[in-house]
Amino acid sequence: MNAASAPSKLYSDDVSLIVVLLDANPFFWASSAAAAGDSASSHHPTTTLPFSKLLNHVIPLLNSLLLLNQLNQVVLVATGVNSCGYIYDSGDGGGGSACGSVPAICSEILRRLEEFVVKDRLQGKSPDKVVATGVSSLLSGSLSLALCYIQRVFRSRARHPQPRILCLQGSPDGPEQYVAVMNAIFSAQRSMIPIDSCVMGVQHSAFLQQASYITGGVYLKPQQLDGLFQYLSAVFATDLQSRNFLQLPKPAGVDFRASCFCHKKTIDMGYVCSVCLSIFCKHHKKCSTCGSDFSQGPTDANASSDRKRKTSEVQP
Amino acid sequence: MSGSVEVQRRFDHAGMGEEATRRRRRGGEEDDEEEEDEDERGMEAWERAYADERSWEDLQEDESGLLRPIDTKTLVHAQYRRRLLQKSAASAASRIQKGLIRYLYLVVDLSRAASETDYRPSRMVAVAKCAEAFIREFFDQNPLSHIGLVTIKDGVAHRLTDIGGSPESQIKALMGKLECSGDASLQNALELIHGYLSQIPSYGHREVLILYSARNTCDPGDIMETIKNCKNAKIRCSVIGLSAEIFICKHLCEETGGSYTVALDESHFKELLLEHAPPPPAIAEYAAANLIKMGFPQRGAEGVIAICSCHKDVKIGGGYTCPRCKARVCELPAECRICGLTLVSSPHLARSYHHLFPVTPFNEVSSVVPFKLSQKLAQTCYGCQQSLLSHGSKPAPHVSCPKCNQRFCLDCDIYIHESLHNCPGCESHRGSTT
Repeated sequence: MNAASAPSKLYSDDVSLIVVLLDANPFFWASSAAAAGDSASSHHPTTTLPFSKLLNHVIPLLNSLLLLNQLNQVVLVATGVNSCGYIYDSGDGGGGSACGSVPAICSEILRRLEEFVVKDRLQGKSPDKVVATGVSSLLSGSLSLALCYIQRVFRSRARHPQPRILCLQGSPDGPEQYVAVMNAIFSAQRSMIPIDSCVMGVQHSAFLQQASYITGGVYLKPQQLDGLFQYLSAVFATDLQSRNFLQLPKPAGVDFRASCFCHKKTIDMGYVCSVCLSIFCKHHKKCSTCGSDFSQGPTDANASSDRKRKTSEVQP
Repeated sequence: MSGSVEVQRRFDHAGMGEEATRRRRRGGEEDDEEEEDEDERGMEAWERAYADERSWEDLQEDESGLLRPIDTKTLVHAQYRRRLLQKSAASAASRIQKGLIRYLYLVVDLSRAASETDYRPSRMVAVAKCAEAFIREFFDQNPLSHIGLVTIKDGVAHRLTDIGGSPESQIKALMGKLECSGDASLQNALELIHGYLSQIPSYGHREVLILYSARNTCDPGDIMETIKNCKNAKIRCSVIGLSAEIFICKHLCEETGGSYTVALDESHFKELLLEHAPPPPAIAEYAAANLIKMGFPQRGAEGVIAICSCHKDVKIGGGYTCPRCKARVCELPAECRICGLTLVSSPHLARSYHHLFPVTPFNEVSSVVPFKLSQKLAQTCYGCQQSLLSHGSKPAPHVSCPKCNQRFCLDCDIYIHESLHNCPGCESHRGSTT
C-alpha cells in the first residue's frame, strides 16, 4: 500500500524543489482589482491587489528561489476556474537557449500564463454559464498535479531535492472540493511534503489552514499586500533546513470541529452514521445520505438505495 | 546440498555442546561476521549469496530464447492492476459497504514453529516486523478503528494489549514480548477473543487476523464448536499461514467469511498482511447500522495547564477537551476516559472517505494502434509531465482515465489509486468534479 509513497528519504542538502500553485481565478482578481481601486481613493490600507501587481511580487520570488541555490528547482502550476496547468518548470529543457536569463524566464512565464488564462476562459464557456460571484478555483486539481510531479522527482533519483508546495491562494474555498483536497493533504502528509500557504483573499482559507497544519507547513495571511514580496521572501523562500532557525508565523488555531449535514451548524457533539460517516446534530431515524435505518436491532443495511452522497457538506 | 551441511553442523553442535557455544560466544564479541555465519543455518558464504539474492529469478526468456532481465516495472503494474480491478469488480457487483469502524484482534503465533528460520532471521522476527508495518498502515487507513494483540504460546492464548487506538503502544507491547515456545492453540485464542469481542458495540465490525506459523493446533475441546460460536458472534476470522495450508484454518475462514492465504516468502507475507489494512466489504447483517454519538473537541489554548485523563499527568498547552465532561485528553481519536464519548476530529472522518468514493480504475491504452490518433492530444503524462514516449518515438505503455480522458504514466496510475485517491485530470476540470 505504501509503495506509492516515497520509499527512501535521501535528500540532497539544501536543494529544494518548490511547486508554486498560483491562483489564476479571473473572478477573484477582477473583484480584487476593483476593490484596490476603491481603497486607493479612500486612503485605506491596501488589503487587495490586482493580478498584474501580484505577478510583480511572484516572479521575483521565483527568481530568488532559483538564485538561492544553483540546483533549486521551481515549478509553477496555475490554478484556474475550469482547469489547471503547468506553466513553468525550471528543470525542464535545462540546456535551452535563453535559460537562466531572467528576462527570458519572465516573458516565458507571462506568455504561458496568458495562454492558460485564455484557454481556461474558453473551457468555461462551452458548458452552462457559471455564476460569477464567489467562484472558487480548482485547488484540488493543482494540488494533485503538484503531488504527482513530486512523486516523479522521488522516483527519478536516489538523491532528490527536498520538495515543498507553496499555495498562493486568493479565491474562497470550494466546498465541493473538500474530500479531494483532504485526500491530497493526507497524501502529502504521508510523503512528508509540507504545504505552505499564503492567502491573499479577504477570508481565511479553512482548507489551507488544515493543509499547512497537517503537513507541517506555514500558513500566512499577509496584512499588507503591498509588501507581498517581503512576506514571500522572508517566510517562504528559505529551505526546510533553515526553517528550524527562523521565527516563522505560529500555526493558527485550526478549528477541527465538524459541521452537521442537516443544518450546517458547527457542532461539538453529534451523531455519526456508522455506515457512511455522515454527521448529524441530532438523532435521526434514517440516514439521509446512505439510507441506513437506525431503528434498533440488526437492520438490512443493504437498503441503501442511494449511496451517492453529497460530499460537499463535510466541511468543518 | 545445504541440507547435508546442516545435518553435519547439527551433529557437531550436539557433539561439542558446551565448548562449541562457548567458543562461539567468545568469537562473537570479536567478530560479528562469524556469529552470523552460525545463525544462517550453517551455509557457506558463497551459498548464501545465491540463496539470498536468487539472481536467476530476475531473468526470463524472451521469444527467441535469449535471457533478459524481467521488466519489473510493467510486472508490478500488471500485478497492481489485477488487484485494483478485482477490488472494483467486487464492489460493483453488489453495492458493498465498507466496514469502516473495525475492532480487530491481531493474533501472533509464538509457538515453537515460530522459531523456524525459513524466514530470515526467524519467522517470529519476520512476523513482528511485518506486523509493525501493518499496524501503522491499519491506523492510517482506518483512523476510527481499534486493534488489540493476542499471542499464542505454550498452548495458551494471552492478551498482550487491550483493544485500543494508539499504534505506538501496540507496537511497543509486541516488540517487548518476542519469545516463542510450546504449541499453538487455535481454539484457546478464538475463545479468548470471542469473550472480548462480544462486548464491543453493535455497529463495530469484529475481526480476527491470525498470523499462524504452526502446522497443528493443540486444543482442549471441540474447535468446531468454537468456530460455530465465532460465526454466531459475527466475528470475521482471517488467517495468514506461514507454513502450509491447514484444513482447520481454511474451514474457520470459510465459515466466518474471512480470507485464508498462505505466504510463499517474506515479501509475499507482507503483501498478504497489508491486504488486510483497507476495510473489508461489510457483510450487511454483520454490523447493524447505527448512529454513534461522537464529540468534536477543540484544541486547548497554548500555555494552559491541565491534567490529562489518559496519562494522569500535568500537561502544559495542547490537548483536547471532551465537550461533554470537559476532561482533557492528549490525542485524538480517543475515547473519553470519564464519560466514554468517542472523540474525533473532522480530518479523521475525512481520512476514511476515500474508501467510499474510490477513483475509477484507468483504462489501459493499447500502445500500438490508436496512438497515432492521440499523438496530437498528449505526449506527456497529465499528472507528472513525464514523456509517454519511451525510446525514440515509440509510446510507452500508459493508461487513461475513463472520465476525463487524460493520459497518465504507470507510476502515476499507481500513486493516484494507492495514495492520492484523486484523479488530477477530473479534479482540474470543472463539471467533471464530483
